[in-house]
Amino acid sequence: MTKELSEKIINIKPSGIRKFFDLVSEMKDVISLGVGEPDFDTPWHIRDEGIYSLEKGKTFYTSNSGLKELRQEIVNYIKRTQNIEYNPLKEVIVTVGGSEAIDIGLRALINDGEEVIIPQPSYVSYEPCAILANAKPVIINLKSEDDFRLKPKDLINSITPKTKVLILPYPNNPTGAIMEKEDLEAIRKIIIDNDLYVMSDEIYSELSYKGKHISIASLEGMKERTILINGFSKSYAMTGWRLGYALAPEHIIKQMTKIHQFAIMCAPTTSQYAAIEALKNGDDDVSSMRQAYNQRRRFLLNEFKEMGLECFEPFGAFYVFPCIKEFGLSSEEFAKKLLQEEKVAAIPGSAFGNSGEGYLRISYAYSLKNLKEAMERLRRFVDKLRCK
Amino acid sequence: MREELLALLEKNSRMGLNEIAVLLGTNEESILKEIEILEKEGVICGYNTLIDWEKTSIEKVTALIEVRVTPQRGQGFDNIAERIYNYPEVKSVYLISGGFDLLVILEEKSLREISNFVSDKLAPLDTILSTATHFILKKYKDYGIILTKKHEDEREIITP
Repeated sequence: MTKELSEKIINIKPSGIRKFFDLVSEMKDVISLGVGEPDFDTPWHIRDEGIYSLEKGKTFYTSNSGLKELRQEIVNYIKRTQNIEYNPLKEVIVTVGGSEAIDIGLRALINDGEEVIIPQPSYVSYEPCAILANAKPVIINLKSEDDFRLKPKDLINSITPKTKVLILPYPNNPTGAIMEKEDLEAIRKIIIDNDLYVMSDEIYSELSYKGKHISIASLEGMKERTILINGFSKSYAMTGWRLGYALAPEHIIKQMTKIHQFAIMCAPTTSQYAAIEALKNGDDDVSSMRQAYNQRRRFLLNEFKEMGLECFEPFGAFYVFPCIKEFGLSSEEFAKKLLQEEKVAAIPGSAFGNSGEGYLRISYAYSLKNLKEAMERLRRFVDKLRCK
Repeated sequence: MREELLALLEKNSRMGLNEIAVLLGTNEESILKEIEILEKEGVICGYNTLIDWEKTSIEKVTALIEVRVTPQRGQGFDNIAERIYNYPEVKSVYLISGGFDLLVILEEKSLREISNFVSDKLAPLDTILSTATHFILKKYKDYGIILTKKHEDEREIITP
């Protein structure tokens, strides 16, 4: 064949994380701080429901938008945590992870050439998904002096007549930043005045260490313009089950469901049965995992303080994002060197956007024992660099 | 803080004050003070080590003994429980609801010693109606720790 493949796809850069992965996978005895998924097993009662559903032969497609009982539980969950009411029949869709919801949400909203505002550093798939939807990504470079929160000034400056969607990725991967109620209030009016849609990716909502997470959809005038994305991966340690969901006004869900129906059909049935159990009886699991993450978060911050490594205090997700600018290395060079010399794998901040340059994403989805060993190695590495 | 502190100590009583303070976002003094209070109140009753004796060359046999007793007037089960728990080889004594009354956990060096204990000491006690002895063949999980297999991290080394 000589005919060229899709130019649009060819021009999308592969994830910077992938590149680093290839490097790591060739090495032995590496201590990793590089994962974006919980270290806990899915709680047994949730797994058991999945197994039980298989035993009962529940192995068929579900309806396109997901099991009715699951959609009802999702709606109940959002009501009890955010006090927002959604119609389980018309305003929810169960997706293959939060990732699918991002993809089909953007595709449902965008006409060619419209702009999507993406604050960075952030999860690697917003930009490519926007491009796949024929949107023009407009990047906001978040700053560490703002604790990587989205500020009204930055938002205003990036709005043009073509702006259609704002992606709001909080609690944030990779920085661990959160948006508190007053931060959300501060951008609310701008969003409404400019008639923007918001795609609020709240996959880390349960991992918030400074009061309860607040969804922007709970603010006045916001529900009708927000696609709220969440899922089971992070809160219930269910990454491999591939299950997420989106909540949005009926007319948006209707269009998203069309894409989902033709591309995916339905989310995995076994996972959906397990997820019902998670939402019904999983609150205690979530809070004990949150407690463990919070302890590790404090441990790492204390370690950085002792090492003299600059780091703002993150209040969400399971990442810390220390600054490594003092060493005069790019974050990729730093991460590579750290891997080669001390066999610690952490992800260069630049993998999450240009504004992540000079930072390192360190995940604390690891046991304390593992983190201690890694911090010992990091300390040795940092000392060595400073001596030079 | 109390509940979180207890949960940490229950899992690892050897954790240093400094480390606990960091994990709970407080200082060493207040941790020390809280532990002293907990010890004084008898909330913390001791610090044990979880040992998988099967991995040593030391022989140990553990038995669970179901005991049915006649409760005594004015004493209930307390008197008989005391007579049993005073034996040092008795590890635990619980009052149980259901088909029998007391559950006695006994640890000895051999089957013979256990059977001697039951026949010589336990069964002859006045108020004891019957005993049923169960030997533990294998411990899969003890005090929340799975003993039979090591947990391995099967995640990819790097994921977004």
